[in-house]
Amino acid sequence: MTAAIALEAVTVTYPGAAAPTLQAVDLVVGEGELALVIGPTGSGKSTLLRATCGLVPHFTGGTVAGRILVEGRDTRTHLPRDLADVVGVVGQDPAAGFVTDTVEEELAYAMEQIGVPPDVMRRRVEEVLDLLGLAPLRGRPLADLSGGEQQRVAIGAVLTPHPRVLVLDEPTSALDPAAAEDVLAALTRLVHDLGMTVLLAEHRLERVVQYADRVIEVRPDGTVRSGAPAHLLADSAVAPPVVELGRLAGWTPVPLSVRDARRRSPELRARLTALPAADAAAEPPREAQDDEPVLLVARDVHVHHGARGRRGQPGTHAVRGVDLDLRPGEVVALMGRNGSGKSSLLWALQGTGTRSSGSVTVLGRAGALPLDPATLEPAAARRVVALVPHDPLDLLFRETVAAECTAADPHDRPGAARSVLTALAPGVDPTAHPRDLSEGQRLALALAVQLAERPPVVLLDEPTRGLDYLAKSLLGDVLRQHAAAGGAVLLSSHDVEFVAECADRCVLLADGEVVTEGPAAQVLVSSPVFAPQVAKVMRPLDLLTVEAVRERLVPR
Amino acid sequence: MHRAPHPLAWWAWAVALATAATRLTDPRPLALLLAAVVAVVLVRRGDSPWGRSFGAYLVLGACIVAVRVLFHVLVGIKAGGTVLVDLPRISLPEWAVGVELLGPVTTTGLATAAAAGFRLAVLVVCVGAANALTNPRRALRALPASMHHLGTAVVIAVSVTPQLVTAAAQVRRAQRLRGAVPSGLAAVRATAVPVLTDALDRSLTLAASMDSRGYARTLPERSQRAVGWLLLAALVSTVVGVYGLLTGAPAPQAVGVLVVAGAAGVTASVLAGRQVRRTRYRPDRWTASDTALALSGVVGAAGFAATAADWPGSALAAALATLVTVLPVLGGGPTGRGPAPAVAT
Repeated sequence: MTAAIALEAVTVTYPGAAAPTLQAVDLVVGEGELALVIGPTGSGKSTLLRATCGLVPHFTGGTVAGRILVEGRDTRTHLPRDLADVVGVVGQDPAAGFVTDTVEEELAYAMEQIGVPPDVMRRRVEEVLDLLGLAPLRGRPLADLSGGEQQRVAIGAVLTPHPRVLVLDEPTSALDPAAAEDVLAALTRLVHDLGMTVLLAEHRLERVVQYADRVIEVRPDGTVRSGAPAHLLADSAVAPPVVELGRLAGWTPVPLSVRDARRRSPELRARLTALPAADAAAEPPREAQDDEPVLLVARDVHVHHGARGRRGQPGTHAVRGVDLDLRPGEVVALMGRNGSGKSSLLWALQGTGTRSSGSVTVLGRAGALPLDPATLEPAAARRVVALVPHDPLDLLFRETVAAECTAADPHDRPGAARSVLTALAPGVDPTAHPRDLSEGQRLALALAVQLAERPPVVLLDEPTRGLDYLAKSLLGDVLRQHAAAGGAVLLSSHDVEFVAECADRCVLLADGEVVTEGPAAQVLVSSPVFAPQVAKVMRPLDLLTVEAVRERLVPR
Repeated sequence: MHRAPHPLAWWAWAVALATAATRLTDPRPLALLLAAVVAVVLVRRGDSPWGRSFGAYLVLGACIVAVRVLFHVLVGIKAGGTVLVDLPRISLPEWAVGVELLGPVTTTGLATAAAAGFRLAVLVVCVGAANALTNPRRALRALPASMHHLGTAVVIAVSVTPQLVTAAAQVRRAQRLRGAVPSGLAAVRATAVPVLTDALDRSLTLAASMDSRGYARTLPERSQRAVGWLLLAALVSTVVGVYGLLTGAPAPQAVGVLVVAGAAGVTASVLAGRQVRRTRYRPDRWTASDTALALSGVVGAAGFAATAADWPGSALAAALATLVTVLPVLGGGPTGRGPAPAVAT
């Protein structure tokens, strides 16, 4: 086996950092392998990826000791641009890396830079259009594409110079399940049909681990170990639900896909079926009671965007007549494709975003009259319904975490934001700049800022993007606590596993309309796209998460 | 299949008219020229961000006239003529010798100031027309290889501005979620900090993406020294030539120096181009209709320039020039926004 990527005793230290980000890494990725890089946030996954394409240290600065060879080229003597014809890099946000403005030109860009003759260029663009199923999009402006399409164009754009290695940093983190499947299918095709080497970092292991030939775990101290997925995941720090299930059931090697687990599990399923569903009696699912106050009532909400479009451009009708109730004590998940109107609905409910027609009323504190948040002053609206936007950094503009917390505190309860923050993300340095925090810590800070006023209704737009399993479970805990204290939570998410663990109710949107609404268990299990892994393994048992299986096996 | 004209054809058309505008002093032929340019843009611009930007250039032109007049009233040297408003004259202290504020405003003075402002405004609108009619990215693709990096930098700078506006709106909206909406200086800080840091992050991401896709790759072992010297020579001779032209030095000598400057620049560009090996994907082709388009601008401009010497004696020439200039209106519908689809019909 020839090595496509070889790291020899590599240590990476960023300027001003106390400890190296990567430490004494020896690693070989063979030709034609799909290697998956895993590890908690901030562990140096991105650094490892960027080191293999020369961006570390040539672009980012820092010191690299040791030697990195990509297809035989040494990154010490080759700049990233000199590696463009052997390694293709796709970043986390494909749209931010686009240089041109249409699909075809973007595909040709890298070839123009390295001087591929025009006739060859023309042929390769056609090949890549077919390979990734982009032919119908060829003349489209990049800005008009959906997230999954943009990601496929970004992959296509680095494929045209015919690199032997492809490096991708969280290619599916922003995508809905179906779009993620498209991208992963394209990647497996590249590995299997063209024999390309793929190095891929991903938090959502449940999506990719079954395709991996090798797993590389980056540990928090910067050391790295690599091995066969089944072997390494048996005791790795992060693991997808299906592997957790395997660990719980004591299967060796652990299953990597739903199919593996399903074939191993008949015995476990028989055991579970025989057990009485003890918890069901102890904790009955919450039933909507008529006398219970409804915290937020939305009726026939419509949202139009760009209705004032110039020259007869049709505006988008993002939300079409949505009815929604949020009761105290429930966590509701809003799911649906990218662009199905989830964000528009959240913003409209909060009152800051556009609402073309329909009504929204929110019950403030106990005994208060129902109010329309859109008519309130921002400061008052925030006390009844708070929204954490897609990019938490939009909310934060002060220099330190402590300053953000102080500014958010209500007058009568200083320190409120800080205490929420400590619960969500213990150990955040109060003197740190919000931009220097990890994804999880940023979200925690934004959420702490918004929760400081104790609004009864909290809305979150895609809170799980870029979070590792630990950060997600902490987030889930805080949201459950908020609900338990009589509040309501509405969150939009693509992450079915998170929704399965945390939500009571699930609302499925498509094209701005509610398609299904019901208890999370029912909605998730009934859809092949949205069903969590454990539910697929345990069917027809009504178990969605590893935690649920564990409780059934060992009743508390 | 309707094909978008070559971007350089539009630029030639607009630059020729802009040059003619600088030669004209009388506002009447200038107004004809402006009308012709506006007519062509209204018919031929596409529904694209750059097409929509034309209105902004018209507003900018109006502002230029207003500012020019305002400055004339404030500090201009007041010529004779009918006095409209007799403002008190304010003399500045000695260190600003010769500058007087305000003073009587006369019709002649105002007309001269307005005409000068109008000329500048027409110039700006001509450039704006070229911008509205061509996709800036496609226009820059037509640059020679040596200018390629410069072109890319300009493209990114151009695309950053609308992004900043969107980002600022987004941040302001998000901050309303926090309750207290900052105002005054605090608001500027609260918006500028996230917007600018975000823009910086974005540009770093873009730079990393471009770098790892081979941007700025050079062929090894080609010297850049000759290029540097030639460019320096070109720059110096341009300055000398322009200075000569503006101060009324004998025209042939000034023009001669400028020709030398041009030659040095072109040589430097060719040499620099040899260091870069890059190719172009489906380049725009120059066709006969592009030549016709460029010619309509050049001939129209020449016609307008001819009227400068003798007005109103050459009113007929001005009318003809206007007709020639608006000829591109016949070229068909709006200029396409992207490259034509590959499937020819």
